[in-house]
Amino acid sequence: MKRFSFSNVMLVLGLLFIYMPMVILVIYSFNASKLVTVWGGWSVKWYVGLLDNTQLMNSVGRSLEIAFYTAISAVILGTLAAFVLTRITRFKGRTLFGGLVTAPLVMPEVITGLSLLLLFVAMAQMIGWPQERGILTIWIAHTTFCASYVAVVVSARLRELDMSIEEAAMDLGAKPWKVFMLITIPMIAPSLAAGGMMSFALSLDDLVLASFVSGPGSTTLPMEVFSAVRLGVKPEINAVASLILLVVSIFTFLVWFFSRKAEKRRLKAIQQAMDETTGAANLAGPDSRRDPSQQHAPA
Amino acid sequence: MAVASGAYKKALEGDQKPKEVLVKIDRVTKKFDETIAVDDVSLTINKGEIFALLGGSGSGKSTLLRMLAGFERPTEGRIFLDGQDITDMPPYERPINMMFQSYALFPHMTVAQNIAFGLKQDRMSKTEIDERVAEMLKLVQMSQYAKRKPHQLSGGQRQRVALARSLAKSPKLLLLDEPMGALDKKLRSQMQLELVEIIERVGVTCVMVTHDQEEAMTMAERIAIMHLGWIAQIGSPIDIYETPTSRMVCEFIGNVNLFDGRVVEDMEGHALIASPDLERAIYVGHGVTTSVQDKQITYAIRPEKLLVTTEMPTCEYNWSRGKVHDIAYLGGHSVFYVQLPSGKIVQSFVANAERRGARPTWGDEVYVWWEDDSGVALRS
Amino acid sequence: MKSRKLKALMPTGRHAVIGVPFLWLFLFFMLPFFIVLKISFAEADVAIPPYTEIYSFVEQKLQVILNLGNYVMLSEDELYISAYLGSLKMAFISTVLCLVIGFPMAYGIARANKDTQTVLLLLIMMPTWTAILIRVYAWMGILSNNGLLNAFLLHIGVISEPLQILNTNLAVYIGVVYSYLPFMVLPLFANLVKHDLSLLEAGSDLGSTNFNNFWKITVPLAKNGIIAGCMLVFIPVVGEFVIPELLGGPETLMIGKVLWQEFFNNRDWPVASALAVVMLAILIVPIILFNRSQAKELEGKA
Repeated sequence: MKRFSFSNVMLVLGLLFIYMPMVILVIYSFNASKLVTVWGGWSVKWYVGLLDNTQLMNSVGRSLEIAFYTAISAVILGTLAAFVLTRITRFKGRTLFGGLVTAPLVMPEVITGLSLLLLFVAMAQMIGWPQERGILTIWIAHTTFCASYVAVVVSARLRELDMSIEEAAMDLGAKPWKVFMLITIPMIAPSLAAGGMMSFALSLDDLVLASFVSGPGSTTLPMEVFSAVRLGVKPEINAVASLILLVVSIFTFLVWFFSRKAEKRRLKAIQQAMDETTGAANLAGPDSRRDPSQQHAPA
Repeated sequence: MAVASGAYKKALEGDQKPKEVLVKIDRVTKKFDETIAVDDVSLTINKGEIFALLGGSGSGKSTLLRMLAGFERPTEGRIFLDGQDITDMPPYERPINMMFQSYALFPHMTVAQNIAFGLKQDRMSKTEIDERVAEMLKLVQMSQYAKRKPHQLSGGQRQRVALARSLAKSPKLLLLDEPMGALDKKLRSQMQLELVEIIERVGVTCVMVTHDQEEAMTMAERIAIMHLGWIAQIGSPIDIYETPTSRMVCEFIGNVNLFDGRVVEDMEGHALIASPDLERAIYVGHGVTTSVQDKQITYAIRPEKLLVTTEMPTCEYNWSRGKVHDIAYLGGHSVFYVQLPSGKIVQSFVANAERRGARPTWGDEVYVWWEDDSGVALRS
Repeated sequence: MKSRKLKALMPTGRHAVIGVPFLWLFLFFMLPFFIVLKISFAEADVAIPPYTEIYSFVEQKLQVILNLGNYVMLSEDELYISAYLGSLKMAFISTVLCLVIGFPMAYGIARANKDTQTVLLLLIMMPTWTAILIRVYAWMGILSNNGLLNAFLLHIGVISEPLQILNTNLAVYIGVVYSYLPFMVLPLFANLVKHDLSLLEAGSDLGSTNFNNFWKITVPLAKNGIIAGCMLVFIPVVGEFVIPELLGGPETLMIGKVLWQEFFNNRDWPVASALAVVMLAILIVPIILFNRSQAKELEGKA
């Protein structure tokens, strides 16, 4: 039964509001006209032009590299933090720890960016490291705030896990770190993947943190885009933005497709198991399920 | 359960073997913050027996089991296994394995991998592991399901896998946490006996936790009844049912009629108890050794031992007039609720031996009576 | 009684497991705030780095010079005060708008059937994986004087000359609501989907109207979700830089933009630090509120 309720109308309008500008952006990226707002026929020349823009291409490579490292380190750090939050319930400073994990989610980026830069400057003065700001410092900044996102995603999963599964592994002789590697990690693998992809996307998107902590010669893609668009709409940027949108949508579609496939397979397997057991009970009857009264007849 | 189980059989035959202590729990207390979950509990478990911890929620039975497994550390007291102090030993070093209530099968491993998990931790060779896994699968009759994942199994099959996994390492002690908790009622009674049979065949000592008295009585040789963190009584199922030592135990196990009264005559061979609820005194076929100051006592009698008749009994004691207040027909037997002249309502179970017999009905004047040795006099 | 703690079981690796994330977050998240605080008391200087040291140790005398000038300037200069007020106003109104639009959306998703729900959730989440920069940029083309919106309005004859929307506060509101809407919808959905529908049925059964049900049952139960959603919008918007920079105009005074200008254009690090300290002082209460609601939500006490 489909109801045409207020909330459903709002849902459709809200989604239109979210997607309209993106669709328009993509359409105009194929505009032949140099003037962004005038339609001059279909063309792919802006896309072709991108390939010649070495500065832009370099920043793309740099951004991808940072995002890749960030995804790995944020998953490790975030999973550790999530494990501490869910499994080690009492230790000194737990409240502080919880605050440190969730605060980066909402902290305005300008504050985080400024404070990290000042830290790097102070550290460079005192211990001579980091000598220059660049990929390394951006990676540290991104890892710090992405780890918080990973921690939230992973701890939600850890909390709904049946703790007795981990206890069972320990009961069977596995030491705590082995339990974590052999049992916990495989069971939370989907959320680790989700956290990693999220970190990758967040790192690719970030402008403010990167602007603060990057050094000369280490501009990232968002920094390039920003310096181009601050003065107005540019057709090349339309093309870049459309490509990013394309990648993200393909990716979203794949996530949906595979999760749906896995869910279907799981349901089918359960159905099959149920059919078999009821079938076996009907066919085999007393043979497979021995009659207990006979077993215990007085010897 | 109408079937003679392993435990009941043993109790009837009597155990000739000398008893050897395997587990000794010595004055163990466990506190969570301010609440005391287990309060100064001491008990011993003999080699080869099936021992049940029976109690309601919050009785401390699960905490005691988790301390045996090593998941909780006692606040005070020691636990010994085979003479060795295991109190501070982590769970992964204890030769104790547990079958969890939820079975806790590893969802990402096949049945065979689940069973092999514990063996792999001991660094056994692959051929040895394969042999042992095959043996275990055969024991629980799951050989054809070795390559299945847990979510492809039914509840009963999962339980068999969980049992095989916990037996694979040949533990000195097997722990069962609410073993039938996740099964539906019909499957339960069948699995109870099957479980006992497998455990006996393997010969492992077993401690189980349950809130279901029927399950404990079917499976266990000895039962400890736990209440608010302490042990109310330990004994065989027959001991606990027929000679409970406290009011709490006899109310917890089965149904019971209780009469509060005073001892008016206390001899070596018999005693008389006067209860305000009964017109006639209660005659007990043995002395009840009351103290001089406190003559208060409670007389407990099970409903199946309280008989209903339409003819006035001829003896002097142990009967009362009454009126049928209500009847509940339960198939195998009926429960008669009889109101005594004092207003107290007592229960009596009457077996429905005939399909339709002439029996008292609502409002009928009846008599309830019992044998001299049917009830138990309780001091507390 | 059944609280399951593995705590006692991991005496060896335990410190490392806690220590690694703790140290990282302490070093790269908490410690920097103290440095910001320190530099906010320094003076701007033509040097590398461009500020004076606040303490000196000469002839066995430790001198700490706290320069309060930056804070005095913040409290006296009209520009900074109106920038703070402008940010707070912007954040507040946008949060309310997001809540009004986002709540029905989250409700609609929570009540949809399972398959549709997954698709809708992905549709809401996808924009958050796309750079905020690009989404804001998309609006620049739509809202500009010769942009699509004006062209459309001129075409249907509602207006006779282009409206100035880009580079006004209106454009910033549109951009902020647009960018932060998913952050409102997702926590609200996570909360609403856990609600037991039979509660509403029980309410109706006892004679409550749908409207009454909504205010007396759904909204109170969704409290933690509402707090989380509002804080996820409010706090970052106060410090927002990209949206006012790209969509706003000269009238748009927001603190994130001012801080950026002080830092990058004026190279006045101490004033930028002081601006950040005051911003953090304003936001500390909402942040604590958020952390609390987050902790509650994660404990499942929704």
